[in-house]
Parts: sequence; structure tokens; C-alpha cells
Amino acid sequence: MSEVQTVENMVSITIDGVEYKAKEGEYILNAARANDVFIPAICYLTRCSPTLACRICLVEADGKQVYSCNAKVKEGMEITVSTPDILAERRAMMEVYDVNHPLQCGVCDQSGECELQNYTLELQVDSQSYSIQDTKREASDWSSVLHYDPGLCIVCERCTTVCKDMIGDAAIKTTSRGGEALDKSWKDNMPKDAYAMWNKLQKSVIAPSNGTGSTDCSDCGECVAVCPVGALVSKDFVYTSNAWDLKKIPATCAHCSSGCQIYYETKPASIEDRTEKIFRVTNEWNYVSLCGAGRFAYDFENNIEGKDEVAFASAVEAFKQAKVIHFNSVITNEEALMLQTLKEKLGVKLINREARAFQRFLNFYTQASGNSLYTLDFKEVMQSDFVMSVGTSLRNDNPNARYAFNNVQKMNKGAGLYFHPVGDTLVPTFGKTVESFVHQAGHEEAALLLIIDLFADKDKLSDSVKEQLDRDALITTLGGDADKFNAAFDKMMKKKEKFSLMVGEDLYFHEKAENLAKLIAVLEASSEVSVAMIPPKTNSLGVALICDLDDEADGFTIGYNESGDFKLSALGDGDLDMPAMNQQEGTLTNMHKRVTPTNAAVDYHGYELNDIMREVAVAPKETIDWTEHLPTAKGFKAVEFDSLPNGYLNDGTENRGYVLETTSIEVEEVSIEKFDKSRGLEGEIAYRCNPQRQFNDFSDKAHQIFEGFGLYASPAKAETLGSKVEVTFDMGSITLDVIVDDRMEGNIVAVPDFKSAENIYELFAESRYQTVTIREV
Amino acid sequence: MSLEQFKNRNVGTQNYKKLDLEHSPTCGWCQFKQVVSRTFKPELFVGLWVTLREMGNALFRGKMHTTQYPFEKLPISPRYRAIHDMLRLLESGHYRCIGCGLCEKICISNCISMDTRYDENQRKEVSEYTINFGRCIFCGYCAEVCPELAIVHGPRYETASEQRASFSLFEDMLTPIDKLNLQQEYDGFGAISSNADENIKKTPLAY
Repeated sequence: MSEVQTVENMVSITIDGVEYKAKEGEYILNAARANDVFIPAICYLTRCSPTLACRICLVEADGKQVYSCNAKVKEGMEITVSTPDILAERRAMMEVYDVNHPLQCGVCDQSGECELQNYTLELQVDSQSYSIQDTKREASDWSSVLHYDPGLCIVCERCTTVCKDMIGDAAIKTTSRGGEALDKSWKDNMPKDAYAMWNKLQKSVIAPSNGTGSTDCSDCGECVAVCPVGALVSKDFVYTSNAWDLKKIPATCAHCSSGCQIYYETKPASIEDRTEKIFRVTNEWNYVSLCGAGRFAYDFENNIEGKDEVAFASAVEAFKQAKVIHFNSVITNEEALMLQTLKEKLGVKLINREARAFQRFLNFYTQASGNSLYTLDFKEVMQSDFVMSVGTSLRNDNPNARYAFNNVQKMNKGAGLYFHPVGDTLVPTFGKTVESFVHQAGHEEAALLLIIDLFADKDKLSDSVKEQLDRDALITTLGGDADKFNAAFDKMMKKKEKFSLMVGEDLYFHEKAENLAKLIAVLEASSEVSVAMIPPKTNSLGVALICDLDDEADGFTIGYNESGDFKLSALGDGDLDMPAMNQQEGTLTNMHKRVTPTNAAVDYHGYELNDIMREVAVAPKETIDWTEHLPTAKGFKAVEFDSLPNGYLNDGTENRGYVLETTSIEVEEVSIEKFDKSRGLEGEIAYRCNPQRQFNDFSDKAHQIFEGFGLYASPAKAETLGSKVEVTFDMGSITLDVIVDDRMEGNIVAVPDFKSAENIYELFAESRYQTVTIREV
Repeated sequence: MSLEQFKNRNVGTQNYKKLDLEHSPTCGWCQFKQVVSRTFKPELFVGLWVTLREMGNALFRGKMHTTQYPFEKLPISPRYRAIHDMLRLLESGHYRCIGCGLCEKICISNCISMDTRYDENQRKEVSEYTINFGRCIFCGYCAEVCPELAIVHGPRYETASEQRASFSLFEDMLTPIDKLNLQQEYDGFGAISSNADENIKKTPLAY
């Protein structure tokens, strides 16, 4: 594990006379924070590049003034946090920040969580020495979720930094404010750094980088999270609540397999309605970045009056005669364990399409590699400097995988290779050394073979692989230009040490899934590349480990948030109501191979699965009493729910739940099937893929998510399609509105699967790509 | 603190004035004489005259001393803490409350509640505001913490009513717009001190 630091790469530094240990090559500011030493800083964001906008983190290191956010620690370095000169600089900077800052603290949405306010008090600013004429700056909405008030903005550039270095949209930038120039006399009359800071501040303000009034981005709202003042606020939250009124409930986001740490922030809905309502979602933004669904799709709770005894009785009857339980991956580990118990006791069959595909793929991988789980977690991917992605639509499937891919380019001077049949205009903008291959659907094996060819030690390969490695042919098959790529690749490989590969859902839903899993095992065994897998949906990994899933089943079916003869639903449309994820306690297994706890934020008055379990099989008192019984043979630990932590330490260590244990077994050499070029799909192709910010029925239910259910197509393709089309598959057809996704390229269209009622999985069957006919209606 | 003022127990220096009282009669005869003389003195009529005179004053000369409660009320101290008033700005007539929520936060009996929203003029609007007078203990913290002198304690001390809701809403406490000219500036808890101007530092302005 990279989190464990060996003694060799630690150095000792002295801060204000006290000796501390720090990781070699770390910035002074981070080293101080990891050791609980306070250095004031506004503009710096952990995991992003230093912007040097605020300059408040000025310290003295070995007798020289440096900015602690971009100066690295050295062995024996002596650091003084505050000298009289530095204090004078800092005080002048805070005075400058306070110049013309509106005195609306009383109504400001930051309401006491303001860093400007905190540092003004911390540095004891009790009078103002500077002044300049103010510029009129009007508040505006940047998108359906972002609200920006430039009057309150201190241009610390945290929003632009996180958008570029973490999210990868680079949708906002600093632009000219059009204010008066500073009087030259200030230059001689005020501290040097404060003057430089003011000079820049007076000239700039934040604006969408496309030059219009609205941002063209994925609406993740991370800029809102990092804003130290009340300038950037989510549009829905403006002036609705003070921060101090909100109760923070630590939880795990249940929309995708990232399982990000979040806080649901609740308070009574209004004066008339005293039930708790979620007002916003916040996160530990220094250590985790959310996507738009995580931040804005929070109000999907199932509001019901009370216990419906009649429905409950019929549910118990239904379970007694059930042959099949059909469920999806938006489910806790505990509930998955309950369903598995039902299978063992009553012999019902368990159907979960996405988890089943992933389970099968994991098993193939385990058989070939000997490891019970994939190698890397996504924190480790972020620390690599050469990252590759195969078989996942990076922008849509899993935002955190995308953030990792982007962050590697920006922070580690990294390089990237992106293989996907659907063209994407965003991924190539992540860095200068990102090469993307738009290959034919079905040619994923060629991508893996190319990676093996590029990185593997040829002596370790078996003949069945070696004979397939013809680099130039593979590049051509994948739609690249061999000469151009070879030249680019040499550049990409300069000074690279850690290699990572992310693979996704395309490979799990693939005719040649077994061969692909074997190729991944071969790649890991023969090269320095390590692999991380993206579980297809929220808790697919947990379900795949806990449940013994079936492929096909007939008979009386109970659907849990899925279709069935009797429907349990947290969406309010079933035969018996169930609590939604924000009304439940439990644990989720995320793609970082971590079992994380989530808590109930909103009241729920009805029955839950555990009540049914009590009637039809056995059950402990509470749902969370199942937590300690999760299968230890699969890597889970026998720990109580209440002892699971959910937070981060000051040095960024993730202290949430626990990490699944990986076991390894000895395996024999695997034989690889020959890649068959003719299996690539031709003609009109549909891809099962959700739009950004949509993952399931729950994100769809939330009022701040506007991405509709329709056929997503690139602008060029959409023009040829018309406004409404009928898409015909082998298994049936569906009529959809055409929606333009201007970040898509090429002819493949995307059909979302977030509405379970539409049964999209049936249409696509065992593949994510299908040839279809599209007809305008 | 010195304890001088407590240690000074010499109370004999004050200017007491002795009344010129007769000695009480000691013998039986003396007591009989006192009773007879007091009985037949005309002082009874002096008292009756005073009554008659004041009745005349009250009835015919308009010098009534009785307060006609509940039609009349005696003025009370500005520091008295009765049912809250919501004040308006004198110039614009707009309510002073900015919806900062400090009163809601500081309230120790947790009886203040407010809903706010972003209004059409890009301002924070208090869409609803209520005080639960069943729980309010009239401590005055809300008036003291209010940065705008918007919520203050008014002089309305009668809190008997058919429903408490009769005076718990924002509109009930708000100065009626037609009585804006009668609105009194608040002088009680939380009002600015008379020398407030001396205590502030001026911030330089570029224009």
C-alpha cells in the first residue's frame, strides 16, 4: 500500500523550533497540516496545483521567505511560520481582501463558515488602510445549478483550479474586472507581496471560460464546495438557510460505485412542515471531489405516511411463494446479505444483471491472476503518472475515474491513453500527452493487446500472447496512425514510473469477457501496469462478493426497485414501500475496495427489508446488525456498524470504514484466445450509457437533475436523426427524443439505462453495444 | 474592587427629623380626656371636605387621577421586555429584518423560526417568521443580538388572548405601514449606546 510510508522517504523538518517528520518532496504547507501545525492559507487546495493567488501562506524557510504551498520540504529545513515582516504582509493582505468587500455577512450564505471572515479575525484586522473605487459587479446564474456573486468574490481561484486540475472541465477562468488601476504610490507604501496580490486581484474576476454568461460543464458543483466565501453558491440553496442551522449527517453517496464521502445537511423543511429535509450535500473537498449527481441529486427519499400493514402482509405472502428476486446494485451490503440468506433458506434465485456481469468478470480475473480482487484503488491511480482507460465511457460511467485520469495529467506531469468506441471531445483536453483511440466496438481485446505490447516484458509472455503482438497492425486496427502514435508514445514515456489501467463496464458486458479478464491478468503479471476496475453500478462490487447470483430464472418474481410480479420500491411506485438510500443505515462497497458506512438523513416510517426477513426467515433487530456477518471469506471484516469511522485525517488519509482484504492463490499459466478482428460491430450502433449526473431512478427523481431520458448523440449525428426516433433492437424497440451531447463525437448513439421501468438491459442483453436501426417518427 | 462602601457602617450621620409628638397618656383620666377631645374636634369634617373638593376637581375641573385601564395605559420603561415589535425603516417603509437568523440561533427557548428565500430583487427575503409565545421567556436576547434593531421588545404586556397565534406572526408584530410616523426608536436592550459614534474608526474611501 502506498499509504504506508517507509522510513527512507521521510525527512525531518523544524517548524517554530519543534521537529517533525514529513514526506520527502511534499509542500511545506501539507507537511505542516499533516503534523497539525497551522499555517494560514486561502487559495491552496490539496490534490491541486498551487495558484499563488493569496500569498498568505508565506513562511520563512532557512532564512528565506517562501510560499509554503509551493516550496518543498528538505532534510533539516528550519521553518518559521510568523516573523514580524510576514505578519505585516499577512495583515496587509487581509486588509486588501476586505477593501470594498460588501458588508452583507448578515445575509451571506457562507454564514460564519467564511474563510475571509476567519482570517480577518485571526490576523486581528481592526482597521483599514487601503481604498480604491469599487467596480459594479452583478450577480448571475452560470447554469441551472450555479450562482455567482462577483461582488463577494475574492478571486482566490480555488474554483478555477479545482475545475481544471480535478474535474477537468476548465469551464471557468479569471477574466478582466475592468476596475481602476492601482495608484502607483501604494507600491512604495505597502508590503511587497500584498501589493502584488492586490494588483492582480483588482484586475480580475471569475467568468465562464467559453466567453458567454453560462458555463459549459458537467455541473458538478465542486466550485461551489471549494469557494471560501459566499460568492459561489448552488442556485437552489441561495438564501434558504444558514450553515449553522443545518445538521450534518455523514454518509456515503449511493449514485455510482465511487461511494464518495458526503454530508447530508438537514433541517426542518419550513415553519409549517417540521419534518427534516435535506437542504444541500457537502463534502470534505480537500480529499474527495463529488460529481453533479452526488452534490445535487439528494432529494430522492420515499415519503410515506406510515406502516401499510395490508401491503406488508401481501409482501410476506409474495416472499413465501417467490421463485426469483430481481434487484439492482443500489442496495446496501446488509440488504444484499439478506437476499443471499433468502436464497440459502428459501432457494429463491437472485437476478442482478450488472452485478452478475461484473461478478463473472471478477471470477475470470481471479482464476487467471490468482488475486481475489483487482490490484489498484483509485487513490493509487491518482498517484500514477501514466494512466490508461479501456472499456469505459470515462465522462459518464464514473466521475471519480475521470477525475483521477485528469488529475494524473495535471499534477503528476502524466500521460494518458484512452480507448473507447464513442468519440469524446473532453478527454483529449485533459493534457497534452493524452492519446485517444476511437476504435470499433468489439475491439477491446486489441486495446489490451496493444497495452501489453507497449509495456510488457516480452520474456514473461506465453506464445499465445506473443504471436498476437504486432504493434503497427494493432494501432491500425484501433483506428490510429502507427507512425504518429509511435512518435507520440516515445514522448509520453519520458520519466514515467507508475503505470495504471482502468477498465470498465464494456468489458464485463462483452462476448469475450473471459479472454479480456485473462489479458488483464497477463498484463499485470508481465509488466509494471496495475489495474483498477470500475464496478458498473453503486454497490455492484458488494453484491458480486456477497450474493450468489443467477443468470436466468423463471417463476413468480419479486422486484426490488426493478420490475416484477410483486414490487418492493423506494420510488413510491411499488406494492410495498421501501426506504431510499438516504433513509437507510448500512454499508456500501465502493470501487476503492472499501466498505463505507452511510447513515439515515431523512425520516422513514414504513417497513424495511429486515421486517420482511423477520417474517419469512430469520433476522436480528436492526438492519445494521447484519454488518458484522458480511462474508469474511470474501474479504469483509466482522466488525460492528457503529465502530466504522467515516472521515478523513489531516494528512488526507481516508479513515472511512475498512478496506476489503485481498487474498491470492497460485494459478497456472493461462491460454489466450486469438483476437478476431471480424467481431467488431458495423453499422448503426447504440451504446448503453447514461448522461452525466444520471445513474439510476433516484438521481432521476431529484429536482436539480435535468438530464432527460432520451437518445444522446453527437451534434453532427443528431442533425441526421431528427427530433424523435424509434430505435429498434433485436429484442424490441423504444421511442426516444434525441438529445444533443456536444461532448460526444462520431456515429454511435447512447441509450441511457437509468430508468429501470424502461427495461433497457433487456434490449441490450449481454452486451453494451448493439446494432440497431433508427427511424425518425 | 474595594470594599470600603460595605465597611462603612456609620449610619448616624443622616439628617433624621424628629416629629413633635405628644407623649402618650399614662393615667386613666388622661386617656379619657384624649378620647373626648379627639371625638368632638371638627377634623372629621376636614377629611370630608378634602373628599368633596377632589370630587369637584375631578368632575368639574378635569383633574382626574385615575388611569382608565384598559382604555388608558401608564407609560413603561424602554427596558421592559414585552411582546416583540418588528420595526420598519423610516425612509423606505421596508421592514428592517434582513433574515440573518441570529435571533433564531440565540433564542434559548428555541421559539423563533424563520423561512427565507432569494427574491426577485436579488435580496434575501423573509418569507415567513414566527415566535412561539407559549415558549418565549422574554429574555431579550433576540433584541440584543439583532444587528439591525429590527426585532425589539415593545410595550405590549397584555398577552391574554383567545389564541397565541394572534401575535406570533411577522405581520402582527410589524409596525403597520400607516402608523410608521408613530414608530418609536427602541431604547432598551441591544440599542446602540449614545456615544456609539465616538467608538468607531473611519474606513478610508476612495471617492
